[in-house]
Amino acid sequence: MASHAMHVHTPPSGFIRKYIFSMDHKVIGIQYYFLALFSVFVGLLLSVLMRYHMVYPDAKVGFFETLWPTGAPGGVMTPELYLSLMTMHGTIMVFFVLTTAPQGGFGNYFLPIQIGAEDMAFPFLNMLSFWTTFVALVVMMAAFFVQGGAPLGGWTAYAPLSALGEIAGPGQGTGMNLWIISIALFCGASLMGAINFISTLIDLRVPGMTLMRMPLTCWAWFVTAILSLLGFAVLLSAGILLLMDRVVGTSFFLPAGLVVNDQILNHKGGSPLLWQHLFWFFGHPEVYIAILPGMGLASNILSVFSRKTIFGYRAMVYAMLSIGFLGFVVWGHHMFISGMSPYTAIAFSIMTMAIGVPSAIKTFNWIGTLWGSQIRITTAMLFALGFVSLFVSGGISGIFLGQPGLDLYLHDTYFVVGHFHMIMGVAAIFGMFAGTFFWFPKMFGRMMNETLGQIHFYATFLGVYAIFTPMHVLGIIGNPRRYADFKEFEFMGQAMSVHTFMTHSALFTAAVQIIFVINLFWSLKKGAKAPDNPWEATSLEWSIPSPPPFDNFGGKHLTVHHGPYEFSVPGKAKDYVMQVDPE
Amino acid sequence: MLLALLNWVITLATVVLFAGKYWWFPEAINEHAREYDEHFRNTLYITGVIFFLAQMSLGWVIFKYRSNGGRSSYVEGNNTMEVVWTTGAAVLFIGAVLMSTQVWAGVHLSETPANAVTIELMAKQFAFSFRYAGADGKFGKTDIKQISDANGNPFGVDEKDPAGKDDVTSSAIRVPAGRPVLLKMRSRDVIHNFFVRELRVKQDVVPGMEIPLRFQADKPGTYEVPCSELCGLGHHQMRSTLIVLPPADFENWLKEEDQKLKQQ
Ligand code: HEM
Ligand SMILES: [Cu+2]
Ligand SMILES: [Cu+2]
Repeated sequence: MASHAMHVHTPPSGFIRKYIFSMDHKVIGIQYYFLALFSVFVGLLLSVLMRYHMVYPDAKVGFFETLWPTGAPGGVMTPELYLSLMTMHGTIMVFFVLTTAPQGGFGNYFLPIQIGAEDMAFPFLNMLSFWTTFVALVVMMAAFFVQGGAPLGGWTAYAPLSALGEIAGPGQGTGMNLWIISIALFCGASLMGAINFISTLIDLRVPGMTLMRMPLTCWAWFVTAILSLLGFAVLLSAGILLLMDRVVGTSFFLPAGLVVNDQILNHKGGSPLLWQHLFWFFGHPEVYIAILPGMGLASNILSVFSRKTIFGYRAMVYAMLSIGFLGFVVWGHHMFISGMSPYTAIAFSIMTMAIGVPSAIKTFNWIGTLWGSQIRITTAMLFALGFVSLFVSGGISGIFLGQPGLDLYLHDTYFVVGHFHMIMGVAAIFGMFAGTFFWFPKMFGRMMNETLGQIHFYATFLGVYAIFTPMHVLGIIGNPRRYADFKEFEFMGQAMSVHTFMTHSALFTAAVQIIFVINLFWSLKKGAKAPDNPWEATSLEWSIPSPPPFDNFGGKHLTVHHGPYEFSVPGKAKDYVMQVDPE
Repeated sequence: MLLALLNWVITLATVVLFAGKYWWFPEAINEHAREYDEHFRNTLYITGVIFFLAQMSLGWVIFKYRSNGGRSSYVEGNNTMEVVWTTGAAVLFIGAVLMSTQVWAGVHLSETPANAVTIELMAKQFAFSFRYAGADGKFGKTDIKQISDANGNPFGVDEKDPAGKDDVTSSAIRVPAGRPVLLKMRSRDVIHNFFVRELRVKQDVVPGMEIPLRFQADKPGTYEVPCSELCGLGHHQMRSTLIVLPPADFENWLKEEDQKLKQQ
């Protein structure tokens, strides 16, 4: 023990080893964070262009042509360009934002610190997984610039459309190949990350850090890593099969008797539904991969800023574990109307409703935590509260979609688009904003500006509700999703005023994100110096300097004596007890 | 504080949006659609109450428990409450599913009545075609090599099969009001989807599979059919119409089409 205590890691000295090819989990966390930040702005830009096109399909916009000479001749966006923006928007948001920032970014940075470790279990693997993600992003972006442009089949890439190649549409040639390669790389990176997270959490906890003393964020990253490990492995295999159908001429997803563009194809024996099963076997757990870290973080922040211990800590842990388990047996709810057996649909719907139960438990416990508390309003707290609000709103529409009887009409309408944006899109984004405001002082040693932060919060909160609530009623009209415009359909006439309202809301929401960017970069340079524990929180990261030293704890070996949320404990002088406090 | 207010206002606005039904389902034109609407309404009531109570209480705790410099109460949880809300949520959610299986079963698990009209559907990028058996009541054999849109043969009906001679094809689907229909759906390239809002049914059309869909439309009229599964760049223009005719008009239409074929 003694010799071990003397063992102090020294940081690498060169710029490249320190900041570029770094094996320090903190640098890698920041790299992931900025990769996601770049991606979210690309994704946001694409969404605004889409929203604009839907209500002004014939508008001539000069810079569309500059950006996409063949996709927008004369500045008028073609439907294939619309669909490729949509595909890239969805793909970038789901993979490069929601899967990277909450887990790769915050998880990388804070999981080791919160359990008292000096680094991840496998620092080299960690570096490799970031750089693989980076290459995946470059390959994905390259799809915009190749012959035919980006693919147009949506982020779900349903076969046969995705398996046929150029014959099925522009972007389905080279663009689609790049899409598959990028996703395969991304899967590899996520698998490496998942192994690292799981090993670190199991092996590197300091003495006293029992499982039931871990902050809920650690539980969330742990369950997320397990989901990644099992989910991305399947997507990787599916992607390879799809690529083989395209380039080697196999028929995994292509049945016999296809006649495309009057051309008879020579495939036989494949099944389009097989792709959907494989994709959603990954795809449903993926939505939990996106949202679980947000749940953990929201719990954590609610407890810190309400100065109250988590209501039902164990119930929260069991709820996350059961979400993790049930998450693998509900994928069929995406396929109720796909042509699979109607009996299977009923089985999947019962499982789906079952997974609603732990989600409801979490909500009740959040409200239970706030009950009888002392709420300090900070931007981080506002985003955590906003997360709960959006999670409830998005969860409610899930009760409709989980019933095959009701999905009969709602499937593939804007009701679905509204649902998943609320619960997986913006709720998860709110989790990221909350994390940013909460941990920025620790990561960069400076405070963010609270006034700008709160203005940004209120504008965004209002904005996202104004974009996504109306989508539900459009779904009730029957408005199909993935439509470039609605000119062909008479019944859509009544919907256009709603679409216009949503587009304006989207422009507003996108514009106010500038406040966040300004706040972030201004605070990096000019923010007030952050103390070690600005929020009077209890977990380990708040017991070390801001920003932390290279090996996190300065060579000290800690022992943990307390649970993660000991706030307002009766009989104590202060209203919080740090996990490392000896008594 | 401001957040509590904002959350309440958004909640109320949402309730008004859904209760006011300013944008809503089109008229239901059969029994299933009416059942659908009823079940949708029940689900909306249940979830509406949950939504309202959850958001209101979220607003309430934010409003009520602002820090006043005092100390929070110390409660680690309450097992009885956990058990109560777990059971409550489980009963409610599973109950909703069980109620909706009836709506689902009505479409997917019912027998095809003997008097049903059988119609075939063939989807391709980016059009629907429909085929009727004609006077002999038999569909001609098909052969993919003979598929030709230019010759008006989207199904590839075999030239040599006499049963195919009187098969009627059409780009809109005409059905007799009040009589069950069995639609046998196939696609020849990618996945498409047949959706009629007024019938409250939607079904993917998948290459390599023949998927049956049973429905009955009671009210004569013309209804739009938007393709509802992404099928390529023309997806948003892939449109057909369901034309529900009084039974006598339907028979007349079939006869006229038959005459036309004979004259060719
Ligand atoms: C201001 C923010 C956003 C706006 C205005 C927006 C808008 C849109 C629009 C217009 C579509 C296309 C709908 C269609 O044609 O069917 C779409 C699709 C999608 N969005 Fe967003 N979005 C936003 C944020 C997000 C976020 C944060 C996520 C993260 C999950 C996300 C994920 C997706 C996905 C997965 C799709 C589906 C793409 C597909 O159909 O393949 N979006 N969004
Ligand atoms: Cu799912
Ligand atoms: Cu389509």
